[in-house]
Amino acid sequence: MNVLGQQLVNGLFIGGMYSLFAVGYTLVFGVLDILNLAHAAVFTMGGLAALWLVQSAGLSIWAAFPLATLLAGVLGLLVNQVAFVPLRRRPDTYFSGLISSIAMAIIFEALAMQIFGAHNVRFPAGTVPVVIWRLGGITITLLQVEILATVVLLMVTLTQLLKRARIGKAIRAVAENQRAARLLGINVDGVIAFTFFLSSALGGAAGILFGLYFDSLSPDMGRPIELKGLAVIVLGGMGSVPGAILGGLAFGLSEVLTVAISGTSNLRDAVAFTMLFAIMLLRPSGILGKGRTREA
Amino acid sequence: MLEVKGLTVAYGLVEAVRDLNFSVARGTVVSLVGPNGAGKTTTLNALSGVVPVAAGGIALEGRDITRVSSHRRVAKGLVQVPEGRLVLAGMSVRENLELGAYRRPSQEVAGDIARMEELFPILADKRETPAGSLSGGEQQMLAMARGLMARPKLLLLDEPSLGLAPLVVKMIFEIVKELKSQGQTILLVEQNVYQSLAVSDYAYVVENGSIVLEGAADKLSADPAVARAYLGQTV
Ligand SMILES: Nc1ncnc2c1ncn2[C@@H]1O[C@H](COP(=O)(O)OP(=O)(O)O)[C@@H](O)[C@H]1O
Ligand SMILES: [Mg+2]
Repeated sequence: MNVLGQQLVNGLFIGGMYSLFAVGYTLVFGVLDILNLAHAAVFTMGGLAALWLVQSAGLSIWAAFPLATLLAGVLGLLVNQVAFVPLRRRPDTYFSGLISSIAMAIIFEALAMQIFGAHNVRFPAGTVPVVIWRLGGITITLLQVEILATVVLLMVTLTQLLKRARIGKAIRAVAENQRAARLLGINVDGVIAFTFFLSSALGGAAGILFGLYFDSLSPDMGRPIELKGLAVIVLGGMGSVPGAILGGLAFGLSEVLTVAISGTSNLRDAVAFTMLFAIMLLRPSGILGKGRTREA
Repeated sequence: MLEVKGLTVAYGLVEAVRDLNFSVARGTVVSLVGPNGAGKTTTLNALSGVVPVAAGGIALEGRDITRVSSHRRVAKGLVQVPEGRLVLAGMSVRENLELGAYRRPSQEVAGDIARMEELFPILADKRETPAGSLSGGEQQMLAMARGLMARPKLLLLDEPSLGLAPLVVKMIFEIVKELKSQGQTILLVEQNVYQSLAVSDYAYVVENGSIVLEGAADKLSADPAVARAYLGQTV
């Protein structure tokens, strides 16, 4: 029972990070109907940038986290400008953007390899103080609590921003109808750029939390989460922010429960992706499908 | 208010409008009428900066805006209520109105929404309703109210009566008249020639991308050629 409880708790933390990562995919998809396949590389760059700030610049994680998150956002602006803007008028923009964003991902990965080497690196010991609580046989660490608090804070902020802020309404308007948005006086290109910033900042934040949680970073750490993130947004409903949040949690939970029940991690991904197909059969548009960023 | 000289717009190699010259004086309602495909929407979209101008110039209040981006034109007071309304279906009536005021200081928004709900009482009852579930006539009123939220100096209305029941069409033209009496400058595009001339000061007839006839609205409605070509067709 405690094993199960422990796995549920772990699934919540991992799922929360999946959600954070996947929300970035879904934001851009909701606004532009395109997939930004450089998202996982930005996730990696966010984690590595935070590591560099802590290790080489001597900052505390509290200073490094927001700085690296901002940097990831700036990388998102770069991805938009280099990989997407030049293709926007092409009739094949969906496909060509997919390819050029993969190219950006390869460049980011190569740069990370050059700077950090191909091996795994980790945050210095004591970056986050090790504090452990035991509640009825379930172990929870300070790091886990901080990760969950960060994820929840970012999600609530994002949701409120989309719902209430002027820029949030502009994002939803652009997501719904670009021509209408232009006629309302919205700077559509600016809103798209901001969406990339926001999406990539969240992806970078997820990378930092991931690196802290698994105590390991590497230039290719984005690979396994890339496909999971895509599965999460398909699961939740393409373009839906609440869907990506729920989808991430569902995915994280299914992974750890599989390990708990089968006793091995061999089946973990197989079961998670099988669940994807099962939900697709029951609800082809995803858990909260049809909903888009506009209905955040 | 608006001065257009030699306006030419092309889609690829095909010129949709060619060498248009027209103007709208402050405080007047001017109509652009003509059959389907004449180039009326293209003209308004060129004025709003959402289709590129191939040749010619557009001046608003004496300043050239031909190369100004679409969102800056809205900030300068050139506001279009598009054909087909383009309300943001997933967003509430209130959110649509708020977005109409996107370029306005936020402290004026609440007061302006109240003014719009007075002018279009139906919108007050449906404040939190998603715009997509309004009827066609209600959506048209929302689109007009949303345009007015920008406090336009020049309001471009593209076929506001299109596809609406006769009673609703009448309401729409009543609102145009009301706006005119408040001093709103309007460029009105319509296929509903008879009613649109009735609310206009001046009118241009467009056919095949060119202006073929222009004059004071009352003169045009009395013109037998116009009557034969247009007035018999509609209403
Ligand atoms: N986006 C477009 N691409 C190509 N041709 C277009 C486009 N929009 C309109 N046209 C063409 O331009 C001409 C004028 O269309 P439009 O301005 O919509 O006329 P109106 O509003 O007077 O009915 C038509 O022949 C139409 O087929
Ligand atoms: Mg038209």
